[in-house]
Amino acid sequence: MATPDDSRISGIGLQRFGLGARPGQPRDQRDAARESMLAEVARGIVAQPLNPPFSGAAEIGGALFAFEDKERMEREAKRIAGQVQAMQLAAAPPNPQTAPNPQVPVAPQAPAAPQNQMAQPAKSANEPPLPFRTYRDEVVARVQLALDAESGFAERLVQFWSNHFCIAATKSNIGRSMAGAYEREAIRPHVFGRFEEMLVAAESHPAMLDFLDNRLSIGPGSPAGRRRGRGLNENQAREILELHTLGVHGGYSQADVTNLARIITGWTMVGREAVLGFPGSFAFNAGLHEPGAQPLLGKDYAQPGKAQGLAALTDLAHHPATADFIALKLARHFVADEPPPALVASLSEVFRRTQGDLAAVSRALLESNVAWNAEPTKIRSPQEFLIASYRALGRKADPGQILGPLGVMGQPFWQPSGPNGYPDTNAAWASAEGIKTRIDVAAGWGRQAAGSVPDPRALTEDILGPLASPETRQTVARAESKPQALALLLMSPEFQRR
Amino acid sequence: MTDHSKADLDDDCEAMTPSRRAVLGAAGALFAWSFVPKFAYAAAGSRDPRFLLVVLRGALDGLSAVPPIGDPDYAGLREGIALTKDGPDAALPLDGFFYLHPAMPNLARLYGAGQASIVHAAATGYRERSHFDGQDVLESGQAGPGRTDSGWLNRLIASLPPGETVSRRGVLGVGVVPPLVVRGSAPILGWSPPRMARAGPDLMQRLSDLYGQRDPGLARALTQAIETEGIALRSSMNGDMRGGGGPDSVDGMKRIAEGAAGLVGADDGPRIAALAFEGWDTHANEGGAKGRLAQLLGGLDGALAAFEQGLKPVWKDTVVMVVTEFGRTAKVNGTVGTDHGTGTIAFLVGGAVKGGRMVVDWPGLKPEQLYEKRDLKPTTDIRGVAKGVVSELFGLSGPVLAERVFPGTGELAPMRGLVG
Repeated sequence: MATPDDSRISGIGLQRFGLGARPGQPRDQRDAARESMLAEVARGIVAQPLNPPFSGAAEIGGALFAFEDKERMEREAKRIAGQVQAMQLAAAPPNPQTAPNPQVPVAPQAPAAPQNQMAQPAKSANEPPLPFRTYRDEVVARVQLALDAESGFAERLVQFWSNHFCIAATKSNIGRSMAGAYEREAIRPHVFGRFEEMLVAAESHPAMLDFLDNRLSIGPGSPAGRRRGRGLNENQAREILELHTLGVHGGYSQADVTNLARIITGWTMVGREAVLGFPGSFAFNAGLHEPGAQPLLGKDYAQPGKAQGLAALTDLAHHPATADFIALKLARHFVADEPPPALVASLSEVFRRTQGDLAAVSRALLESNVAWNAEPTKIRSPQEFLIASYRALGRKADPGQILGPLGVMGQPFWQPSGPNGYPDTNAAWASAEGIKTRIDVAAGWGRQAAGSVPDPRALTEDILGPLASPETRQTVARAESKPQALALLLMSPEFQRR
Repeated sequence: MTDHSKADLDDDCEAMTPSRRAVLGAAGALFAWSFVPKFAYAAAGSRDPRFLLVVLRGALDGLSAVPPIGDPDYAGLREGIALTKDGPDAALPLDGFFYLHPAMPNLARLYGAGQASIVHAAATGYRERSHFDGQDVLESGQAGPGRTDSGWLNRLIASLPPGETVSRRGVLGVGVVPPLVVRGSAPILGWSPPRMARAGPDLMQRLSDLYGQRDPGLARALTQAIETEGIALRSSMNGDMRGGGGPDSVDGMKRIAEGAAGLVGADDGPRIAALAFEGWDTHANEGGAKGRLAQLLGGLDGALAAFEQGLKPVWKDTVVMVVTEFGRTAKVNGTVGTDHGTGTIAFLVGGAVKGGRMVVDWPGLKPEQLYEKRDLKPTTDIRGVAKGVVSELFGLSGPVLAERVFPGTGELAPMRGLVG
């Protein structure tokens, strides 16, 4: 039987490493949070969202190109129709009763005149265009998964890795449509796999190649480079070194950046012409690849074609600086803004010893008493806050009530303002404006959920249980209304910090 | 945030109500705490100065914003994106050698009116090419990256005598996440364009009480938020600014500038503010007179006009400083964009600027004149410019600036004569 102290520690662990309690979860289940999370790691399976709008990037590519072609044709048709109308006006005799001049040619390509388009809108007023619709449906599917998760440790790791290897949906139609597929294809399968595999999956995904421009990068000495006079774009190569593997202090130079850019020339996305595969899927295009051996971090890479990039990524994945960098980021994300150095060192040691086995690293994180017993200091990120709140209130994944609040709180899915992802410290999320916005959001959720929660005091006991301070209990109990009581529960320090 | 999520959100929106005044009393004690011992301080006269720092995140291409069309090597480096001094989309003339991007007519007008100066071939002391380290150095005011516990604007305020209006009002950081440059021990006010219904004052009061008993960190954040909102209400800012795009869009930049101007221009508002615009990382298809960068520069130009308009009564005492973490490669890259570089521009705009001048020691664009044969070589340290501006605006002495605000810059003299 767990002591009250053990129960409290388990409760904190559920919030630190999971997504927060759900009403009615049996107490003994919660007290066994650590064991159940370790069992999740042992199973090694990360769930995939049900019914995503498309199976994967390749399918999205085809649909997206068709969508863009259609938009272009409609624009073109409008333009021609406008010209025709202008010509008709210019050519028409002054008497408006007269029929249009039959001499004026009607453009045969124009499928519809403007007045027809106005009479029959092409799309339903509420249904956004394909990239937005796809983004929305992907968000709803992944949030529903988080709401349904048992403890949510794997889902938290998905969030972590998705942010580590972030892309931005705002970059382009490709980014917006493929953001969800990227997480499903490049991140989820590897959360309990090997870092190296996740690295390769991320760097070769069309969404990443689009986000960091590598799909446009051309080796100056490649056939295409010599023919077209275009060349390198070093954006993705730099971020691989700085943000995805070694870290900014990992000991690489500008020459390493440029050479890695040369090494991964040809890593691109199949275009609408579908020359190298399905449109929107990854392809290695040898015609864009810079020929010859390239030095990187003092080692020569002489492999042909795509193998050169794979070899470089493999070595980067196993570099000691990568182990240190990942260990620090994990400990900072889960435990404290300034995590205990011993914890970081032990995670890094496990990463190195196991050659980047992420199940072993995740297990080490859970098994660390330093990590498990730490006092809760970190404030939940807006995404964590939303999911924990919806779990507590028993809400479903409603798109308007996800996209809107996450937007105002500053953490919409897959839309960080730069390739370093969303920040991960209290200085960012516990700011004055951040807290005020959170309160506004919580007030709204309190109003919306008041009808379905019988007693906010009972819910506070259920969700916070041994974590609830007397002050928080009293504040909830004395609220002037049920909506206010729920907002107070969601904004209480015990719910906010983990 | 997507257009459609905004539409979803609007269902839940209502205007801020004046009843929020009721919570202001709770914040009265906020600025009672004093900061640091008094340093050498020369009063800046009767002026009640305003200083706004605009950080352009992503590294602005200074060679496109302020093209040196008079340099014989410029056009050759910039194939596909070079600007020209004549033709339909001609760049705007500055001094016959430098021109201004055609998307910035307001800045050209202010320059002509002696209310804007342009610093070129400038950089901080940072010489690597990581955005995030570059921004950390720019905002922390430290010599190198990795020291991000406070920003130089916060330490500037903390270095002023506690009784001064400037220090009493705190520093404003615009955005849900405050920029590093304002973080630190001196009071930070936060504001971002309101986008949803506000919580009622009673809920705020109850949370304020609960945090006061249980959580000093949250208590402090909430108190500061309440204070800023009070200023916004008293200066009659309302919910009109809701909606629109983010800090990388033309209308987003304008709304943010209007909001910041409203707060900084208010009698009881902060005197110092920082805000950030995003999206300047133009690796591919940067565009020339038209295109991606042109649109962003147009947004910045609109924001400058919004500052001028919103700060009209105090414009003569205002300096807006626009900076970015570093510049971009001198030569266009393989994808008609530019990669991370070094030297770039900074703008000084406002009625207090001794303007109409280029502040530049031009290094040239020949291969051997470039930094590491690839970037515009920095010949002016942005920290010297910033030190010059704030020393003349706020009367801080060189030693205080070199010890506290920009540590380790004793050798770098504040640039004189920027403020009139």
